[in-house]
Amino acid sequence: MHLDGKIPGGPLPQKWERRKLDYALVSPANRRKYRVLVVGTGLAGASAAATLGELGYRVECVFFHDSPRRAHSIAAQGGINAAKNYQNDGDSVQRLFQDTIKGGDYRAREGNVYRLAEVSLRIIDQCVAQGVPFAREYGGKLANRSFGGAQVSRTFYARGQTGQQLLLGAYQALLRQVQAGTVRLSPRTEMLDLVVAHGKARGIVARDLVTGEIRTFVADAVVLATGGYGNAYFLSTYARNSNATAIWRAHRRGAYLANPCFTQIHPTCIPVSGEHQSKLTLMSESLRNDGRIWVPLRAGDKRSPEQIPEDERDYYLERRYPSYGNLTPRDVASRAAKAVCDEGRGVGPSGLGVYLDFADAIRRLGADVIAERYGNLFDMYAEITGEDPYRAPMRIYPAIHYTMGGLWVDYDLMSTIDGLFVIGEANFSDHGANRLGASALMQGLADGYFIVPLAVGSYLARAKPPAIDDAHPAFEDARNDTAARIERLLSVRGKRTAASFHRELGKLLWDTCGMSRNREGLERALTHIPELRDRFYRELLVPGRGETLNRELETAGRVADYFELGELICRDALHREESCGGHFREEYQTPDGEALRDDEHFAYVAAWQWREGEPPILHKEPLVFEAAPPMQRSYK
Amino acid sequence: MRIALEVWRQRSPEAPGQFVRYETTEASPDMSLLELLDVVNEGLVQKGEEPIAFDSDCREGICGTCGFMVNGLAHGPLQGAAACQVYLRNFRDGETLWIEPFRAKAFPLLKDLVINRSALDRIIAAGGYVTVNTGNAPEANTSTIHKDDAEQAMDAAACIACGACIAACPNASAALFTGAKITHLGKLPQGQPEQGRRALRMVRAAAAEGFGHCTFAGECETACPKSIPLQVITQMNHDYLAARLSGEGHVQPRHIEPGTPKRRR
Ligand SMILES: Cc1cc2nc3c(=O)[nH]c(=O)nc-3n(C[C@H](O)[C@H](O)[C@H](O)COP(=O)(O)OP(=O)(O)OC[C@H]3O[C@@H](n4cnc5c(N)ncnc54)[C@H](O)[C@@H]3O)c2cc1C
Ligand code: SF4
Ligand code: FES
Repeated sequence: MHLDGKIPGGPLPQKWERRKLDYALVSPANRRKYRVLVVGTGLAGASAAATLGELGYRVECVFFHDSPRRAHSIAAQGGINAAKNYQNDGDSVQRLFQDTIKGGDYRAREGNVYRLAEVSLRIIDQCVAQGVPFAREYGGKLANRSFGGAQVSRTFYARGQTGQQLLLGAYQALLRQVQAGTVRLSPRTEMLDLVVAHGKARGIVARDLVTGEIRTFVADAVVLATGGYGNAYFLSTYARNSNATAIWRAHRRGAYLANPCFTQIHPTCIPVSGEHQSKLTLMSESLRNDGRIWVPLRAGDKRSPEQIPEDERDYYLERRYPSYGNLTPRDVASRAAKAVCDEGRGVGPSGLGVYLDFADAIRRLGADVIAERYGNLFDMYAEITGEDPYRAPMRIYPAIHYTMGGLWVDYDLMSTIDGLFVIGEANFSDHGANRLGASALMQGLADGYFIVPLAVGSYLARAKPPAIDDAHPAFEDARNDTAARIERLLSVRGKRTAASFHRELGKLLWDTCGMSRNREGLERALTHIPELRDRFYRELLVPGRGETLNRELETAGRVADYFELGELICRDALHREESCGGHFREEYQTPDGEALRDDEHFAYVAAWQWREGEPPILHKEPLVFEAAPPMQRSYK
Repeated sequence: MRIALEVWRQRSPEAPGQFVRYETTEASPDMSLLELLDVVNEGLVQKGEEPIAFDSDCREGICGTCGFMVNGLAHGPLQGAAACQVYLRNFRDGETLWIEPFRAKAFPLLKDLVINRSALDRIIAAGGYVTVNTGNAPEANTSTIHKDDAEQAMDAAACIACGACIAACPNASAALFTGAKITHLGKLPQGQPEQGRRALRMVRAAAAEGFGHCTFAGECETACPKSIPLQVITQMNHDYLAARLSGEGHVQPRHIEPGTPKRRR
């Protein structure tokens, strides 16, 4: 199959305008005849469902949380970008576009990224109008701060709770539609399969997480907004329940999965403290604005930080990247931290940590100013580690944080299955091989508020999907498949928990396909994962029945999908013989240890097609760069 | 360290519940209370028993999913922390913790520690928003907002809808939760036009869900992991009364049958 990104012609600034003109419209009276199913209520899903509801479609919203407001988006701390140029520091749509393309190491589509930069302006307007309490200056205007990978100040924030406040804005808009009767919510309901009939996405099969009942939802178009799959790695900054099942099931039904190995590692997380650990906590990147990152100059230096004099410290980011310093992008900062720890210069009990030091900033600005800027983050750190970051430097280490890969979509956010749209972190678009800070929230809301509602409408107007109900054989098949899968998990009756397998798989992925990868490790993972998966189906133990609230069953189903996805992640990493963004192949680096990209051979999106019982097929969507010609990504 | 847990186990809403004791020896002070429950659960599963059902997601105090009573206190013994932010270093070695679900008529129990808090969504749906359609917004910096107002709005907006205030309240009142949203939107210019209507509708929705009346017992403020101040309740009462007195929400056009003659003065 030829992968057509369907990017409109013409110069970049006119592409989106043109596409909007091309879109077919559904008249207001006809909109209520169409049912649109939105799975997920994070920033992407809630904003899409609310907007589709406002337009008058009949919207059904399915999600596994107990309330739409609890989606993982709520955890985002740092902020959201927009090219408003309120600081008069030279920002513009063009510059945000360029920074994002460069940040993604030239592995994203120009057309999409330009549109994202354009739409960013309206996102802030929309959120402010909804009552999102963004930080303000004394003059009453919106405040901004700067973020890793950017030299302008374009990040809007609401204390350290930006994701929460943006989500509440979208959630409130969504509930307003619930009240108005245009949107119906199905909480605590987990999508377990996608239904494709006559080549079109027509609904889903889901499990009611309270009663265990298997339910079907019929629709004229399906929008997946189910978030990222970073939890495949077990330890990550994701909420515990984030998972890959929705996109993986859609993948198995024919949606291609693109760039699965592109994973963002966040440099500023609290290091692991022990075996029992269930997740990693992120410390917002904004800390890098004032905190200085260092390790001892000498390997094995076990002295406490205050005993190490200035000239025996290595401020390695400031040394290696003088123009960005502590604000280098995440992939660069993460790898640099790994490098110093590999040299034996890591700090803390495990040796896997570096200092993030505020002593200078406190001396310069006073503890009060620091408390005002980062107080809640400092409290959080103290709570988790039992140490006081006002007195001793924080210890941080990189962790899995975001997945740039996801289901392949065209410019209209439609997957390779007709009528299946994918938005937010669940799709692969816009970020390329690396996501900059504050750009995921922007993309989720751009997709949900401004892009998918129009694209879905145009699809419905043109495709005019025929009436269908859940007696159709495609629904019957999907229901049976789901029941069989659940039965299989329940009937193993071995003696190991799903979580123990998850931990083992996650460790393997982190070791072989984490911050850096090489052929030997990836090949090892590709033989180990199938073995581990076989053991899973022989030794798993899920107590209880399917027809009740059964958390172990939920976990087991998710872990089962991680095995298949994990294999694809490694396969993708193995085939990409270059280093770019979050993908660092040790064989491909410059003499001074920077990523070595190969634009001649790898300037494409890698989209994988599932085949049952056989290796997946790789399809390539070539990337063309006209407005932002690729250049060496240097932050020196 | 050793921590014993007495956990409320209840199979289903209809089944009777009881406390069941679990002794743990694997606890470390760096573990969170929820991680201890994970460890207990892994042990239970390995024995083929059903694990303790409890809700959690972000595990960093922001999503509002977790929450139960620990020794009679909502979210446990720490001020300003959700259950997932409680670490074992806050307990004594050998201590016994009594863990039971948040209880309120409007929060039906589903299983063990898991409750249904959808009533809170319905209170928001009744009016906890600014009516603005997507694409309808003016340039963001056309309205200025006093920094203090923005800060106060943010203080109130920090509510995570965990329901602890309700569990802690002797009347199971949702006043702190409802007041928080009313204050958040009411502090901002965008929230003004609907202020009275919002208060009327949300307060009535809370009553209809079976939440009790506020008698200023003050327990909610202590239980709240986000330190939402009691003033938000004052604000709610103020907005509600003002709306009642101004007749907001009652202005309905008089119904007139066709052919009704003009009234004589
Ligand atoms: C700690 C942290 C901090 C971050 N900080 C920032 C930041 O400062 N700036 C920034 O731009 N980005 C940040 N990010 C990234 C950003 O938050 C996410 O990428 C983004 O919020 C994802 O939104 P989403 O709507 O795509 O998905 P999510 O918010 O993950 O929502 C997924 C939704 O899908 C539902 N769902 C999933 N699977 C199923 C299923 N099978 N059936 C039914 N429902 C399902 C869930 O219930 C949920 O409603 C941060 C991420 C983390 C972890
Ligand atoms: S007011 Fe506080 S206790 Fe009540 S729901 Fe909100 S965060 Fe929880
Ligand atoms: S798990 Fe999210 S607040 Fe506790």
